[in-house]
Amino acid sequence: MTATLTTTQVYRVYIKASAEKIWQALTDPEWTDKYGYTGFAHYDLQPGGAFKVVPNEEFKAAASQGGYVCPDVVVDGEVVEVDQPHRLVVKWRMLMDPEIAGEGFTRITYDIKDLGDGSCSLTLTHELEGAPKTAALVSGVNEAEGAGGGWAWVLSDLKSLLETGSTLAGRS
Amino acid sequence: MTDANGGRPRDDDELHGVFRALADPTRRFLLDLLFARDGRTLTELESELPEMTRFGVMKHLRVLEEAGLVVTQRQGREKLHFLNPVPIRLIHDRWIDKYTERRVSALVDLKKQLEDPS
Repeated sequence: MTATLTTTQVYRVYIKASAEKIWQALTDPEWTDKYGYTGFAHYDLQPGGAFKVVPNEEFKAAASQGGYVCPDVVVDGEVVEVDQPHRLVVKWRMLMDPEIAGEGFTRITYDIKDLGDGSCSLTLTHELEGAPKTAALVSGVNEAEGAGGGWAWVLSDLKSLLETGSTLAGRS
Repeated sequence: MTDANGGRPRDDDELHGVFRALADPTRRFLLDLLFARDGRTLTELESELPEMTRFGVMKHLRVLEEAGLVVTQRQGREKLHFLNPVPIRLIHDRWIDKYTERRVSALVDLKKQLEDPS
């Protein structure tokens, strides 16, 4: 028997919202700044299009308070595939830390499936081959050190935002 | 946030499935296996439970999948099983994460920690 070895991480959340609404929350900068790590995501929604996340002022201020100059772009990448509002594939690289950035681009697939009862499943598949530090960050294992809870935390927060209008920390 | 289900908050329907799935030791063991190494096939999982039939393992995996604790994905001819931590995160965030406000400083702190391990 050959054992499968995978570095892929898979996250799924069920959200009582339309596929269009979830798509907007993932791709509209005004929405992406409201949950998880925050920041304005800018996608050129076509294959080969650019993708970047620009931090908000509060995030940058916290960075400089910590004695660290926050880059103007905290995540960058490239759009691979777009099937609005059901599927988005992007190359993704986190730029806050040089070691993590040095691991290069990983690949994220967002799948939104309408369940026909007013809710959808959102599945995030992150292919992390050759990127162990990125994998650790997005898995949330560094949360106790203040690195946030990774994708599980982000998706939990996104669900909270779309279903109740507010996030866990009370932003809206 | 209540519906026709006896006035129970809707979220509790989701939570009910999660707690039911976690109440069984075999299912917790299957999650332990996936936590140790994610993306396993049914055959691999089954080999860790020699006292159980393939059908029995499939039944447990189905309960875990319905609760959202396991997500399967096709890769070529194989169906791989992944541990999905989101439902457990939702439980965590509901009762534990109430007082934390660290999103803004999150990555900054990681950066500091990586550079200054002391």
